[in-house]
Amino acid sequence: MEPILEVKNLNYIYSIGTPFEHQALDNVSFAVNRGEFIGIIGHTGSGKSTLMQQLNGLLKPTSGQVLLDGQDIWSDKKLTRQARFRVGLVFQYPEYQLFEETVYRDIAFGPKNMGLKEDEIDRRVREAAGFVGLTENQLQVSPFDLSGGQKRRVAIAGVIAMEPEVLILDEPTAGLDPIGRAEILGNIESYRKAKNATIMMVSHSMEDVARLTDRLLVMNGSHLAMDATPAEVFTHAEELVEMGLNIPQVTQVFLELRKMGVEVPNVYTIGQAVDALKAIRGGAAKC
Amino acid sequence: MLKDITLGQYFPGNSVIHRLDPRTKLIMLVVYIVALFMAKGILSYGMLLVLLVAVIKVSTIPPKSIVKGMKPLVMILVFTGVLNLFFTQEGPVLVDFWVITITLGGLTRAFFMVLRILMLITCTFLLTYTTSPISLTDGLESLMNPLKKIGVPVHELSMMMCIALRFIPTLIEETDKIMCAQKARGADFENGSLIDRAKALIPILVPLFIGAFRRADELATAMECRCYQGGEGRTKMKLLHYHRNDLTAFGIGALMIVAVAVLGSFGL
Repeated sequence: MEPILEVKNLNYIYSIGTPFEHQALDNVSFAVNRGEFIGIIGHTGSGKSTLMQQLNGLLKPTSGQVLLDGQDIWSDKKLTRQARFRVGLVFQYPEYQLFEETVYRDIAFGPKNMGLKEDEIDRRVREAAGFVGLTENQLQVSPFDLSGGQKRRVAIAGVIAMEPEVLILDEPTAGLDPIGRAEILGNIESYRKAKNATIMMVSHSMEDVARLTDRLLVMNGSHLAMDATPAEVFTHAEELVEMGLNIPQVTQVFLELRKMGVEVPNVYTIGQAVDALKAIRGGAAKC
Repeated sequence: MLKDITLGQYFPGNSVIHRLDPRTKLIMLVVYIVALFMAKGILSYGMLLVLLVAVIKVSTIPPKSIVKGMKPLVMILVFTGVLNLFFTQEGPVLVDFWVITITLGGLTRAFFMVLRILMLITCTFLLTYTTSPISLTDGLESLMNPLKKIGVPVHELSMMMCIALRFIPTLIEETDKIMCAQKARGADFENGSLIDRAKALIPILVPLFIGAFRRADELATAMECRCYQGGEGRTKMKLLHYHRNDLTAFGIGALMIVAVAVLGSFGL
């Protein structure tokens, strides 16, 4: 299958030619398939945010290519603009970018910029609002009258309304309570299922990425350090800790169990842990 | 792009200029500006320029960052230069082409005008680059203290200035973030008519203002939590004292203004 998004030998240097020069991305290459859920983890300053802004053409690579459907997004001005809409980017704390008088108009901002017809905009706004669980009544209120979690959902709906094929989110659950977190992650998953969209999510919660993602990109010091399934990534516990990251708590518990001499498999989600423990108990009951 | 604006930023350092009393620097800035406006001829300008370059050298501020700070002002400089060049009709004609007449008088005046503005801005930059916002406002407050007697809220004014200076980089960073977020939703700030571009600013300005109000509110709470009650009875951790270097600076300043006055009387 042709990858939807491909990054080839991407380099990016900030403030080139000044004392503040800093290489944020160093020869990063990877490919992303349609419908995949990808987690991006990495220590603060490892280049995650820079990478995200490369993928929809907000930043121009110093060298290397970003290919969307096999086409370099910088080869043509039209393609660059298209990339903005086809690759949706939700920044950290996106609720601070709301500006319109009503929730409806704020969500409609993206589709309007795409130059869509009025009824298509209307359909998209309502659909996007549905994905994030906003009610019909809430569409007509001012976004500034909503709670923090609701504002966050309006902001995410504003990007979803462009119906991007690739949706990139930078810590979409930062600063939310557990229920809010679960809801937002559920919203993202339902959008992926409905549109067969690709999701790329930056997160500091190892539990979340372990549970949700098909593949993990691990960034470390401007490099792409690992590109593998969560199961594989979390077997490198020591390396992750060295990078200032961690492994899910349950994985840690099981590693300790194994050190204590209990025969347990590698797990990285609560569900797997429960199954593994049940199997052990079942075995013990037999003898 | 926006991050490159260095106006009003402090470059920490430990040069003689950094260590001068902020009041000295403020007074010297005023004296220098006065001298700049008194300067008539090339000799006076030359002397002031040499002095400025010397101060930059001593302050260890990279000249590059001063040049960078000038960038937003290029339009004003070009405008001033062009106006003076074309509308001063003195002395021998250098170029006479269609409606354009450039005279020697116009050329020299344009040159000195632009030079004067450049030097004016540079010396102001030097003040903010070498003085931390806190000591700058301390200096201002102390210099304006006599005005308290006629009911000017000196402490409040200097506190306002201090907060404004402190938040310039923060707000620039925030503007950058908001711009990126709106661009990701297809906002276009570079194309379209003037009206379109003005309209395109709304999605930036509204969140920026709301953010500024939010910050102001948080800051007020934080200040109250630390028992801030205005200037009444407030003591200072760092008391301002004049030192030897300050006296030297005043000496140089006095010599400078006398020299410019003397040179000016000869029309130099």
